Amino acid sequence: MSENSLHYHYVVPGDDFTRAGIASSAVKKTLKQLGIYPETVRKLSISLFEGEINMVIHADGGEIDVWIDDEKIVAELVDKGPGIENIELAMQEGWSTASEQVRGLGFGAGMGLPNMKKYSDELIIDSTVGVGTKVTLIVNIVK
Amino acid sequence: MKVKELCEELGWELAIGDGDREITGGIYCCDLLSLVMGRAPADSLWITVMGNVNTMAVATLADTACVVIAERMPLDAEALEGAKKGGITVLKTEQPVFEAALSAATTMKLN
Ligand SMILES: Nc1ncnc2c1ncn2[C@@H]1O[C@H](COP(=O)(O)OP(=O)(O)OP(=O)(O)O)[C@@H](O)[C@H]1O
Ligand SMILES: [Mg+2]
Repeated sequence: MSENSLHYHYVVPGDDFTRAGIASSAVKKTLKQLGIYPETVRKLSISLFEGEINMVIHADGGEIDVWIDDEKIVAELVDKGPGIENIELAMQEGWSTASEQVRGLGFGAGMGLPNMKKYSDELIIDSTVGVGTKVTLIVNIVK
Repeated sequence: MKVKELCEELGWELAIGDGDREITGGIYCCDLLSLVMGRAPADSLWITVMGNVNTMAVATLADTACVVIAERMPLDAEALEGAKKGGITVLKTEQPVFEAALSAATTMKLN
Protein backbone atom coordinates (compact mmCIF):
# COMPACT_ATOMS: atom_id res chain seq x y z
CA MET A 1 0.00 0.00 0.00
CA SER A 2 1.27 3.44 -0.83
CA GLU A 3 1.50 5.95 1.98
CA ASN A 4 -1.47 7.98 0.86
CA SER A 5 -3.95 5.13 0.86
CA LEU A 6 -7.34 5.55 2.50
CA HIS A 7 -8.04 3.31 5.46
CA TYR A 8 -11.38 2.23 6.97
CA HIS A 9 -12.05 0.03 9.97
CA TYR A 10 -15.28 -1.80 10.84
CA VAL A 11 -16.34 -3.95 13.76
CA VAL A 12 -18.76 -6.68 12.67
CA PRO A 13 -21.02 -7.95 15.46
CA GLY A 14 -21.69 -11.68 15.65
CA ASP A 15 -25.12 -13.33 15.16
CA ASP A 16 -26.79 -10.04 14.21
CA PHE A 17 -28.21 -10.72 10.76
CA THR A 18 -30.00 -7.42 10.55
CA ARG A 19 -26.67 -5.61 10.55
CA ALA A 20 -24.87 -8.07 8.31
CA GLY A 21 -23.66 -6.30 5.21
CA ILE A 22 -23.28 -2.89 6.80
CA ALA A 23 -19.50 -2.73 6.38
CA SER A 24 -19.70 -3.94 2.76
CA SER A 25 -22.43 -1.42 1.96
CA ALA A 26 -20.39 1.41 3.48
CA VAL A 27 -17.31 0.42 1.47
CA LYS A 28 -19.39 0.21 -1.70
CA LYS A 29 -20.68 3.72 -1.12
CA THR A 30 -17.16 5.05 -0.62
CA LEU A 31 -15.85 3.36 -3.77
CA LYS A 32 -18.71 4.79 -5.80
CA GLN A 33 -18.03 8.26 -4.44
CA LEU A 34 -14.38 7.88 -5.42
CA GLY A 35 -15.59 7.31 -8.99
CA ILE A 36 -14.17 3.81 -9.24
CA TYR A 37 -15.25 1.76 -12.28
CA PRO A 38 -18.62 0.06 -11.52
CA GLU A 39 -17.47 -3.49 -12.28
CA THR A 40 -14.54 -3.05 -9.87
CA VAL A 41 -16.94 -1.77 -7.21
CA ARG A 42 -19.19 -4.77 -7.81
CA LYS A 43 -16.32 -7.28 -7.56
CA LEU A 44 -15.15 -5.88 -4.26
CA SER A 45 -18.71 -5.52 -2.88
CA ILE A 46 -19.57 -9.16 -3.60
CA SER A 47 -16.31 -10.53 -2.19
CA LEU A 48 -16.40 -8.39 0.91
CA PHE A 49 -20.06 -9.16 1.64
CA GLU A 50 -19.42 -12.91 1.50
CA GLY A 51 -16.50 -12.51 3.89
CA GLU A 52 -18.50 -10.27 6.21
CA ILE A 53 -21.44 -12.72 6.30
CA ASN A 54 -19.10 -15.64 6.95
CA MET A 55 -17.74 -13.81 9.99
CA VAL A 56 -21.29 -13.28 11.25
CA ILE A 57 -22.63 -16.79 10.67
CA HIS A 58 -19.55 -18.92 11.29
CA ALA A 59 -17.30 -16.93 13.64
CA ASP A 60 -19.47 -14.74 15.90
CA GLY A 61 -18.26 -11.54 14.26
CA GLY A 62 -14.87 -9.96 13.74
CA GLU A 63 -13.13 -6.90 12.34
CA ILE A 64 -12.58 -5.59 8.83
CA ASP A 65 -9.88 -3.25 7.58
CA VAL A 66 -10.00 -1.81 4.08
CA TRP A 67 -7.24 0.11 2.32
CA ILE A 68 -7.76 1.89 -0.98
CA ASP A 69 -5.03 3.37 -3.14
CA ASP A 70 -4.68 4.21 -6.83
CA GLU A 71 -4.03 0.64 -7.87
CA LYS A 72 -5.99 -1.68 -5.65
CA ILE A 73 -8.40 -2.25 -2.82
CA VAL A 74 -7.18 -4.51 -0.03
CA ALA A 75 -9.59 -5.90 2.58
CA GLU A 76 -8.51 -7.85 5.63
CA LEU A 77 -11.15 -9.74 7.63
CA VAL A 78 -10.05 -11.10 10.98
CA ASP A 79 -12.11 -13.21 13.38
CA LYS A 80 -11.54 -15.25 16.50
CA GLY A 81 -14.01 -17.93 15.49
CA PRO A 82 -13.58 -21.71 15.29
CA GLY A 83 -11.29 -21.58 12.25
CA ILE A 84 -11.59 -23.65 9.07
CA GLU A 85 -10.38 -27.21 9.37
CA ASN A 86 -10.00 -28.02 5.69
CA ILE A 87 -9.69 -24.92 3.51
CA GLU A 88 -9.60 -26.90 0.27
CA LEU A 89 -12.95 -28.50 1.15
CA ALA A 90 -14.42 -25.18 2.30
CA MET A 91 -13.49 -23.65 -1.07
CA GLN A 92 -15.58 -26.21 -2.98
CA GLU A 93 -18.90 -25.05 -4.40
CA GLY A 94 -21.79 -26.36 -2.32
CA TRP A 95 -19.84 -27.30 0.82
CA SER A 96 -21.34 -25.73 3.93
CA THR A 97 -21.63 -26.24 7.67
CA ALA A 98 -24.31 -23.54 8.03
CA SER A 99 -27.02 -24.22 10.61
CA GLU A 100 -30.67 -24.81 9.78
CA GLN A 101 -31.52 -21.39 11.20
CA VAL A 102 -29.04 -19.65 8.93
CA ARG A 103 -30.24 -21.67 5.92
CA GLY A 104 -33.74 -20.44 6.63
CA LEU A 105 -32.48 -16.92 5.96
CA GLY A 106 -31.12 -17.86 2.54
CA PHE A 107 -27.50 -18.58 3.47
CA GLY A 108 -25.69 -21.90 3.35
CA ALA A 109 -25.46 -22.59 -0.39
CA GLY A 110 -21.74 -23.11 0.09
CA MET A 111 -21.01 -20.49 -2.54
CA GLY A 112 -19.53 -17.69 -0.43
CA LEU A 113 -15.86 -18.67 -0.62
CA PRO A 114 -16.13 -19.66 -4.33
CA ASN A 115 -17.67 -16.24 -5.00
CA MET A 116 -14.80 -14.57 -3.16
CA LYS A 117 -12.33 -16.53 -5.30
CA LYS A 118 -14.20 -15.63 -8.50
CA TYR A 119 -14.62 -11.92 -7.85
CA SER A 120 -11.33 -10.99 -6.19
CA ASP A 121 -7.99 -10.77 -7.97
CA GLU A 122 -6.25 -12.33 -5.00
CA LEU A 123 -7.64 -14.29 -2.04
CA ILE A 124 -5.53 -15.45 0.88
CA ILE A 125 -7.08 -17.50 3.69
CA ASP A 126 -5.11 -18.08 6.83
CA SER A 127 -6.98 -20.13 9.42
CA THR A 128 -6.14 -22.06 12.57
CA VAL A 129 -8.70 -24.29 14.25
CA GLY A 130 -9.58 -22.95 17.68
CA VAL A 131 -7.82 -19.62 17.03
CA GLY A 132 -9.55 -17.91 14.13
CA THR A 133 -9.45 -16.93 10.49
CA LYS A 134 -7.85 -14.14 8.52
CA VAL A 135 -9.04 -13.53 4.99
CA THR A 136 -7.24 -11.10 2.71
CA LEU A 137 -8.98 -9.95 -0.47
CA ILE A 138 -7.41 -7.85 -3.18
CA VAL A 139 -9.25 -6.30 -6.10
CA ASN A 140 -7.22 -4.35 -8.66
CA ILE A 141 -8.58 -1.00 -9.76
CA VAL A 142 -9.23 -0.84 -13.48
CA LYS A 143 -8.61 2.56 -15.01
CA MET B 1 -37.53 -1.02 -19.89
CA LYS B 2 -37.59 0.78 -16.57
CA VAL B 3 -38.60 -1.06 -13.39
CA LYS B 4 -41.58 1.21 -12.82
CA GLU B 5 -42.82 0.76 -16.39
CA LEU B 6 -42.73 -3.01 -16.03
CA CYS B 7 -44.47 -2.78 -12.66
CA GLU B 8 -47.26 -0.71 -14.14
CA GLU B 9 -47.68 -2.94 -17.21
CA LEU B 10 -48.01 -6.04 -15.06
CA GLY B 11 -50.12 -4.49 -12.32
CA TRP B 12 -47.61 -5.46 -9.66
CA GLU B 13 -47.31 -3.50 -6.43
CA LEU B 14 -44.46 -1.04 -5.94
CA ALA B 15 -43.55 -1.65 -2.29
CA ILE B 16 -40.67 0.82 -2.07
CA GLY B 17 -38.31 2.79 -4.31
CA ASP B 18 -38.61 4.98 -7.40
CA GLY B 19 -38.29 2.17 -9.96
CA ASP B 20 -36.17 4.43 -12.10
CA ARG B 21 -33.51 1.90 -13.07
CA GLU B 22 -33.37 0.37 -16.50
CA ILE B 23 -33.52 -3.46 -16.60
CA THR B 24 -30.69 -4.44 -18.93
CA GLY B 25 -29.36 -7.56 -17.20
CA GLY B 26 -32.25 -9.92 -17.93
CA ILE B 27 -34.22 -11.88 -15.33
CA TYR B 28 -32.73 -13.97 -12.54
CA CYS B 29 -34.69 -16.23 -10.15
CA CYS B 30 -33.19 -17.76 -6.99
CA ASP B 31 -33.53 -17.64 -3.19
CA LEU B 32 -30.10 -18.77 -2.06
CA LEU B 33 -28.27 -15.55 -1.38
CA SER B 34 -24.70 -16.49 -2.25
CA LEU B 35 -25.86 -18.05 -5.52
CA VAL B 36 -27.59 -14.78 -6.34
CA MET B 37 -24.46 -12.89 -5.28
CA GLY B 38 -22.31 -14.89 -7.63
CA ARG B 39 -24.64 -15.26 -10.59
CA ALA B 40 -27.30 -12.57 -10.81
CA PRO B 41 -26.23 -10.13 -13.53
CA ALA B 42 -25.92 -6.46 -12.63
CA ASP B 43 -29.03 -4.47 -13.64
CA SER B 44 -31.15 -7.63 -13.69
CA LEU B 45 -34.71 -8.17 -12.48
CA TRP B 46 -34.25 -10.49 -9.47
CA ILE B 47 -37.26 -12.59 -8.47
CA THR B 48 -37.31 -14.34 -5.07
CA VAL B 49 -39.67 -15.43 -2.30
CA MET B 50 -37.27 -14.30 0.41
CA GLY B 51 -38.17 -10.83 1.68
CA ASN B 52 -35.71 -10.26 4.50
CA VAL B 53 -33.03 -7.65 5.17
CA ASN B 54 -30.31 -9.88 3.74
CA THR B 55 -32.15 -9.96 0.42
CA MET B 56 -31.83 -6.18 0.29
CA ALA B 57 -28.13 -6.28 1.16
CA VAL B 58 -27.54 -8.74 -1.68
CA ALA B 59 -29.54 -6.64 -4.15
CA THR B 60 -27.53 -3.58 -3.13
CA LEU B 61 -24.14 -5.24 -3.41
CA ALA B 62 -24.83 -7.37 -6.51
CA ASP B 63 -26.34 -4.23 -8.04
CA THR B 64 -29.56 -5.72 -9.42
CA ALA B 65 -32.05 -3.26 -10.93
CA CYS B 66 -34.71 -4.29 -8.39
CA VAL B 67 -36.11 -7.12 -6.28
CA VAL B 68 -39.44 -8.80 -6.99
CA ILE B 69 -41.05 -10.63 -4.07
CA ALA B 70 -43.19 -13.39 -5.58
CA GLU B 71 -46.12 -15.30 -4.04
CA ARG B 72 -46.92 -12.22 -1.94
CA MET B 73 -44.42 -13.41 0.61
CA PRO B 74 -43.93 -11.09 3.58
CA LEU B 75 -41.58 -8.16 3.44
CA ASP B 76 -40.66 -7.22 7.00
CA ALA B 77 -39.91 -3.77 8.40
CA GLU B 78 -36.17 -4.40 8.55
CA ALA B 79 -36.21 -5.40 4.90
CA LEU B 80 -38.01 -2.20 3.94
CA GLU B 81 -35.50 -0.20 5.95
CA GLY B 82 -32.65 -2.05 4.20
CA ALA B 83 -34.17 -1.36 0.79
CA LYS B 84 -34.48 2.31 1.62
CA LYS B 85 -30.85 2.53 2.72
CA GLY B 86 -29.61 0.70 -0.35
CA GLY B 87 -31.84 2.67 -2.71
CA ILE B 88 -33.43 -0.59 -3.88
CA THR B 89 -36.81 -0.75 -5.60
CA VAL B 90 -38.94 -3.66 -4.36
CA LEU B 91 -41.97 -4.95 -6.26
CA LYS B 92 -44.56 -7.41 -5.00
CA THR B 93 -46.72 -9.85 -6.93
CA GLU B 94 -49.03 -12.71 -6.01
CA GLN B 95 -47.65 -14.68 -8.97
CA PRO B 96 -45.33 -17.63 -8.25
CA VAL B 97 -41.71 -17.25 -9.33
CA PHE B 98 -42.06 -18.95 -12.73
CA GLU B 99 -45.22 -17.10 -13.73
CA ALA B 100 -43.72 -13.81 -12.59
CA ALA B 101 -40.60 -14.41 -14.66
CA LEU B 102 -42.64 -15.48 -17.67
CA SER B 103 -44.87 -12.42 -17.60
CA ALA B 104 -41.88 -10.12 -17.09
CA ALA B 105 -40.05 -11.80 -20.00
CA THR B 106 -43.09 -11.46 -22.23
CA THR B 107 -43.59 -7.82 -21.34
CA MET B 108 -39.91 -7.03 -21.89
CA LYS B 109 -40.00 -9.12 -25.11
CA LEU B 110 -37.13 -11.32 -23.97
CA ASN B 111 -38.64 -14.49 -25.41
N1 LIG C 1 -14.78 -17.05 8.98
C1 LIG C 1 -15.01 -18.37 9.06
N2 LIG C 1 -14.81 -19.04 10.23
C2 LIG C 1 -15.05 -20.37 10.32
N3 LIG C 1 -15.50 -21.13 9.31
C3 LIG C 1 -15.71 -20.53 8.12
C4 LIG C 1 -15.49 -19.13 7.93
N4 LIG C 1 -15.79 -18.82 6.65
C5 LIG C 1 -16.17 -19.97 6.07
N5 LIG C 1 -16.13 -21.01 6.94
C6 LIG C 1 -16.43 -22.44 6.66
O1 LIG C 1 -16.37 -22.68 5.27
C7 LIG C 1 -17.62 -23.17 4.78
C8 LIG C 1 -17.86 -22.66 3.37
O2 LIG C 1 -18.05 -21.22 3.38
P1 LIG C 1 -18.91 -20.53 2.24
O3 LIG C 1 -18.95 -19.09 2.49
O4 LIG C 1 -18.39 -20.98 0.91
O5 LIG C 1 -20.35 -21.20 2.41
P2 LIG C 1 -21.44 -20.90 3.54
O6 LIG C 1 -21.09 -19.69 4.29
O7 LIG C 1 -21.60 -22.15 4.33
O8 LIG C 1 -22.74 -20.67 2.66
P3 LIG C 1 -23.03 -19.38 1.73
O9 LIG C 1 -21.81 -18.53 1.73
O10 LIG C 1 -23.32 -19.95 0.39
O11 LIG C 1 -24.21 -18.70 2.32
C9 LIG C 1 -18.63 -22.72 5.81
O12 LIG C 1 -19.80 -23.50 5.81
C10 LIG C 1 -17.83 -22.84 7.10
O13 LIG C 1 -17.77 -24.17 7.54
MG1 LIG D 1 -20.63 -17.95 3.26
